[in-house]
Amino acid sequence: MNEYRSHEPEIALRVKALEQLLVEKGLVEPAALDRLVDLYGTRIGPRNGARVVARAWTDAEFRTRLLADATAAVAELGYSGLQGEHVVAVENTARIHNVVVCTLCSCYPWPLLGLPPRWYKSPPYRSRVVREPRAVLAEFGLVVAPEVEIRVWDSSAEIRYLVVPMRPAGTEGLEAEALAALVTRDGMIGTAAV
Amino acid sequence: MDGIHDLGGMHGFGRIEREANEPVFHQPWEARAFAHEFVIGANIDEGRHAIERLDPVTYLSASYYARWQLAHERLLIEKGVVDAAEIEARIARLKAEEA
Repeated sequence: MNEYRSHEPEIALRVKALEQLLVEKGLVEPAALDRLVDLYGTRIGPRNGARVVARAWTDAEFRTRLLADATAAVAELGYSGLQGEHVVAVENTARIHNVVVCTLCSCYPWPLLGLPPRWYKSPPYRSRVVREPRAVLAEFGLVVAPEVEIRVWDSSAEIRYLVVPMRPAGTEGLEAEALAALVTRDGMIGTAAV
Repeated sequence: MDGIHDLGGMHGFGRIEREANEPVFHQPWEARAFAHEFVIGANIDEGRHAIERLDPVTYLSASYYARWQLAHERLLIEKGVVDAAEIEARIARLKAEEA
């Protein structure tokens, strides 16, 4: 439950103290920190990944490139950078459902999904999804049929995964932008259908 | 190396707690601790390793970005950039200012 604790007064002071010392020593510019906070706090998020998925759904050649070399394919859309140096896209099908975890910590494709939610970084998710993925997905409200194989991908310091969900039925007439609006963060982690 | 961070398959951590409309950062200090990761002169592997070297009780009881902060302190002390007494003295000063 500590992960959900709302106050850690000592830690807030520790962070402030360290920043002051680094600034005073001339090692850090506060403006550079502000830029990082703005970038990852507000600008980079799962809408990037959703655009990639929608493109894969609507452009067969892009889909082929994405599944062959996701790092290069997402760079075509301008998505690259920290924690996106080596991305692998895994596609859900009628027979295979993919779900992503980082059992060791919190590795996650930042350029595509932004920073991970707390549950993704939490001991319960990290410990359980590799052992009982079907039960974990059911807790998320995703019941995977028994005949569907679940593949759990454990991220590493080098490789980050993006799940490409199945395109929902009845969306044949939609254009990429409208399709992207249907794609959720959890769909791209694999804890939701789309 | 096996350690407390190697959680895959472990039992006993209970339910997965999710939060609706979760903000990227829950407290301003979390955002600052996140940003420090990129300016403290350590690469991200050193940062991760420093978190893995936290003692198991601290690892499991500290929140995510609190672990980052503790790892940053440790790395900066090990590299000789700051010393532990300097950090504690500054914290004491900030506490006194807040009081």
